[in-house]
Amino acid sequence: MIELIRKLTDVNGVSGNEEAAAALIADEMKPYVDEIRTDTLGNLICVKKGKGKRIMLAAHMDEIGIIVTHIDDKGFLRFTGLGGINHFYSLYQKVAFTNGTIGVIGHEEEPGELKDLMLDKMYIDIGAGSREEAVKKVKVGDAAAFIGSFAVNGDMVVSKALDDRSGCAVLIETARQVGDCENEIYFVFTTQEELGLRGAKPAAYAVEPEMAIVVDVSGAGDTPKAKTLPVKCGDGPAIKVMDKSAVSHPEVKQLLVETAKKIGIPYQFKVAAAGGTDAGVISVSRGGVPTAMLAIPCRYIHSPAEMVNINDMANAAKLLAEAVKNA
Amino acid sequence: MKDILKQLTGFSGPPGHEKMLTGFISDLFSKYCDEVKIDKLYNVIGIKRANRGSGTRRKVMVAAHIDEISMMVSDVDERGFIRFAPLGGIDPRILLAQETIIHGRKQVYGVVGTKPPHLISDEEKKKPMEIDKLYIDTGMSRDQLASLVEVGDTITFKHHWTELQNGLVSSKSLDNRGGAAAVIGLLQEADRHGHDIDIVCVATVQEEVGLRGAVTSAYGIQPDTAVVIDACHGDMPGLDSDEVFKLGKGPAIAVGPNIHPQLGAYLKQIAVEQGIPYQVDVEAGNTGTDAWAIQVSRSGIPTVLVSFPLRYMHTTVETVSLEDLDYISKLLAYYINNLGGKLEELAL
Amino acid sequence: MIKDLTAVMGASGDEYDIREEIRKHINNDTYVVTTDSIGSLYAVRKATKSEKKIMVTAHMDELGFMVTSVTDSGMLKIKALGGFDDRVLPSKSVRVGKNKIPGVVGLKPVHLQEGDEKKQNAKMKQLLVDIGCFNKEEAEKLVSPGDYVYYESEFVDMGNGIIKSKALDNRTGCGVLIEVLKEEFDFTLQGCFTVQEEVGLRGAGIAAYNLKPDIALVLEGTTCSDVPGEEEHKVVTRLGQGPAVSIIDRYSYSNRRLVDLILETAKDNNIKVQIREGVGGGNDSGKIQTSLEGIPTAMIAIPCRYIHSPSSVMSMDDFDNTVRLVKAVLRRLENEKELNLSGGKL
Repeated sequence: MIELIRKLTDVNGVSGNEEAAAALIADEMKPYVDEIRTDTLGNLICVKKGKGKRIMLAAHMDEIGIIVTHIDDKGFLRFTGLGGINHFYSLYQKVAFTNGTIGVIGHEEEPGELKDLMLDKMYIDIGAGSREEAVKKVKVGDAAAFIGSFAVNGDMVVSKALDDRSGCAVLIETARQVGDCENEIYFVFTTQEELGLRGAKPAAYAVEPEMAIVVDVSGAGDTPKAKTLPVKCGDGPAIKVMDKSAVSHPEVKQLLVETAKKIGIPYQFKVAAAGGTDAGVISVSRGGVPTAMLAIPCRYIHSPAEMVNINDMANAAKLLAEAVKNA
Repeated sequence: MKDILKQLTGFSGPPGHEKMLTGFISDLFSKYCDEVKIDKLYNVIGIKRANRGSGTRRKVMVAAHIDEISMMVSDVDERGFIRFAPLGGIDPRILLAQETIIHGRKQVYGVVGTKPPHLISDEEKKKPMEIDKLYIDTGMSRDQLASLVEVGDTITFKHHWTELQNGLVSSKSLDNRGGAAAVIGLLQEADRHGHDIDIVCVATVQEEVGLRGAVTSAYGIQPDTAVVIDACHGDMPGLDSDEVFKLGKGPAIAVGPNIHPQLGAYLKQIAVEQGIPYQVDVEAGNTGTDAWAIQVSRSGIPTVLVSFPLRYMHTTVETVSLEDLDYISKLLAYYINNLGGKLEELAL
Repeated sequence: MIKDLTAVMGASGDEYDIREEIRKHINNDTYVVTTDSIGSLYAVRKATKSEKKIMVTAHMDELGFMVTSVTDSGMLKIKALGGFDDRVLPSKSVRVGKNKIPGVVGLKPVHLQEGDEKKQNAKMKQLLVDIGCFNKEEAEKLVSPGDYVYYESEFVDMGNGIIKSKALDNRTGCGVLIEVLKEEFDFTLQGCFTVQEEVGLRGAGIAAYNLKPDIALVLEGTTCSDVPGEEEHKVVTRLGQGPAVSIIDRYSYSNRRLVDLILETAKDNNIKVQIREGVGGGNDSGKIQTSLEGIPTAMIAIPCRYIHSPSSVMSMDDFDNTVRLVKAVLRRLENEKELNLSGGKL
C-alpha cells in the first residue's frame, strides 16, 4: 500500500486537470475489473460486473492547486485557487506545472500581520525576467499542483494530495481484495470534487447505483489543542455520520458498523460541522441513493504536508471489500 | 388540527433520521390515500386518486417537510459531558438550559449546561455563543454512557406544547409539522369537495439540510404540478413589516420567479372566491423551501408555495395560529378541486 | 437589434415581453420554436446529415427588482432579483409593473445630510421608489407588491462603435444567438434562450434535461474592468479586444479541448479573441456542464463595462467578432469528425 500511495500522490492531478491521475489509476485497476471508461468530465468509471445490487464506491482524484489568471509585464503570474486553497498554507510554497516548471508563491509587500495576507495580493514567481520569457513556459489557464514530497515515518505517511489519493488507494486495494462478489461494483474515481462536487454528479446519474459509499479524508482531532474531535489517526477508518453535504444513511452506516464488527476491523465515528464530500451529490441523484461516508483520519488537510496512518487506509479497504459482499 | 399537530410535533425527526416518524405519517396518510409508500431516503408518499373524472390522470404533488432542526453527538468527554454539532440552522443562543433527548440505544435525557450568573464575567456575557463550547449533561459518567450513546447519535429538543390565547400554539418543530398537519387537513377537505386530479402528498425529508428529500421525491414522482407548504416568518417587534406576516390573518401566498405566475394567480383567485384571507409573500429568488428544488426537477414543474406565519423560527417556542393551518387546508382543497381542468386550460 | 433587445423590460420570472421580442427575430419556417415549463424559449433546427446536437444558449432575463410593500406614505420598498450593487440605485429613474408606471429612486439631498451620513453608502432597504402618490391607497391603485421594477435607460450610440445601454447582460448574448441562428448547419442546432439565470441559473438545467445536447456553447455578457483604479490582474477582459473565451468561473470549468478548439478557430479565421482572465461570476454553463451524464460546455463572452448597472458599455466590434467566432466554431464542429469530448471505454 505504501508504494501505491506514493505513486498516486506523486502524480499531478489538480481539479479539472486529472488526466495523469486517471491514467495511473486506470492502469492499477485493470487487473481487477471488467470494464473501464471515462466520461466527459473526466471521471474514471471501473466496473466489476455482477448480478446483485449495484453499488458505487467513490473517491475523488483531484487535488487542490492553482490556475494562472494573468501574466504581467515582468513575468510574474497571478493566480487563483482551484479548490479551497488556504492563503496561510500557500505563502512561500512551491508549485509545479505539468511541463516541469517550478514556481514560488510570493506576496506583494511582505505581510506584517495575518489579516494583511490576501490571495489577490499573491503571485507566482517562475524566475522569468519578462512576459516574453514567461509565456515560453506557462500560459493563462495553466494549472499547477503544490509540491509536497512524500515521506514515511513508521505507520504515518506524509504528502500533498492525500486528500483524496488515499481514498483512491483504498478503492484500488478494495478492488484487489474483493474477489468473488454477487453484487455489481462501480469503482468511480471522480473529478472536480474540490470545485464543488462536480464530477460526481454526472457520474452518479450515469451509474444509477442502489447504494453508495464515498471514501474521503476527514480532519483528525489528535494534535495539540485541536478542537474537540474524538477522531485519531490509527484508530481505524472513521464512519462520517454527517457533514455539511450529507447525512450518512442509517442503513448503510449500520452495514459498515456490522461488517467492521464481524471481521474485527477497528473503526470510529466522525461528526463534522463543516466540509462536504461527493456524498452530497450522489445521495440526491435521480430518485435518491442511500449513501454513507467513510473517512480516513487526516491531519493538516489542504496543506502540502497532509498526514494519514497507513493502517487506517488498509483497514478501510478490508472493511469495504467485505461490506460490498454483505450489502 | 390541534390534536394531530400536537402528536406530530411530539415526534423526533432529525434530518436523515426521519424513520422515527415515518410510521405515524404513513398511518395518517393511509386513512385517506389509496396507496402509501416510503422511499429510499424515507420520504413518505401517499397517492389519493382523483374522485371526479377529468380522465387525464394528472398529478399534483403536495409537499411538506417533516424533518426538524436537531443536533448530533460529536464527542463524549472523559467525564461524560456530551459535545454536539448542529443538524440544520440552530441559533446557539436558544440552547442554554434546553432540555434534550439523545437518541442512542435508548432515549437519554440531558440538559444543555449553563454557567451560573454568579460566575460569569461581564466580558463573557457579551461574547457571541459558540456551539462547540456548549455541552449536554446527562448526569451519567462516560462509562455509564458507553453502552447507551455514541458519536453520531442524534439529539432533538424535548417537546413542550403550550396553548396561548387566540388559538395560537407554541412548540418545537412547528416548522414544518404545521405543514404536515395542513396536508392531512387538505386530504380531509379534498375528500369532502372532490378533486379532478391525483393528489400525491409527500412528507419530505432533509429539507433543513438542503431540500434533499424534495429533489429525489420530485424526480421519482414526476408530477404535473406541485404545491409546497412551509412556514414563513411571523410578525414580532423589531422586524420590518415587509419581512414578516401576521398570525391569524391567513396564509402567505408567494409570488416571484420560484412560482408559476398563472397558477399563483389562480390560487389567489380561489382565495378571493372562497373568502379565505391571505397575504402576499414577495420572493425575489430562492424561497428557501422545497419549492426551490421541485421547480427545476427534470423538465421543470410549475409550482406554488403557501406558507403559514410562524414566530421565533428554529427555536423550541415556535408559535403559529391554528386558524392559519385550517385556512391552508381549505384553500388548497378548493385549489385542487378543479386543478386538472385548470392545467388543461393553461396547456401545462 | 441590440437597441430593441435591451429596451425590453424582462427580469427573472417576468420574461414575457423579451420572449416575444426574440421570437420575432427567429425564422418560423426553418426553426421549431417552443417554450418550456419555466418559460425558456427553444428554437431547434433539425439535422440534415449529422446526428450531432449542439446547444447554443443565452439567458434572456436582465437584472431587475420586485416591489415588496407599499409604505403608508405611498412609497415603494423593493428587493433585487440577482446580484445588485446597492450603490448604483440612488438617483435613478425606474418603471413599475405591467403599466410601466414611472418612478424615481431618491436620495436625501446633500444639503440635508448630517456629518457622516454622506460617507455611508445607501442600502436598498432604505431606498424607496417614489411614484408621486401621497398615500398608500392611492399607490395601491396603480401598483402592488410583486410588481416588477426596472431601470429606465435609453440606448445611446456613443460613437466609435461604442454603445451604452441597460441589460447588456445578457441581451448582447441573445443578439449574438439570433445572428447565429440565421446560419445553416448540418447538425441539429438547438438555440436556447433561458430564463431566470440571474437568480440561480434556473432555466439552464431544465433546458439541458429537455434538449440533451452533445455539446453546449454558452453566450454571456461578462465583466470588463479595464478602467482607472483597477489593478491590471483584476481587469478580466478588455473592451475592443474581441470575444472573451472563458476558461473557468465560479461554477464551471470549460471543457479544455473545446476551449482549445475555439482558440484555434479564432486564429484560423483571423478573429480577434481574448481570454477571460478571472474566476468570478457564474452563468448557465455551471448548470449545463454537470447535467445528466455531463455535457462538454464552453463559454464565450462579450466584454461589457459597468455590467449589472443601467449604463453598461459595449463595443459593437466585439459583438460582431463574437458572432463571427461562434459561427466559425460551429462550422468547425460541423466538419470535425474525430473530436471526442465525451470519453469512452479504455
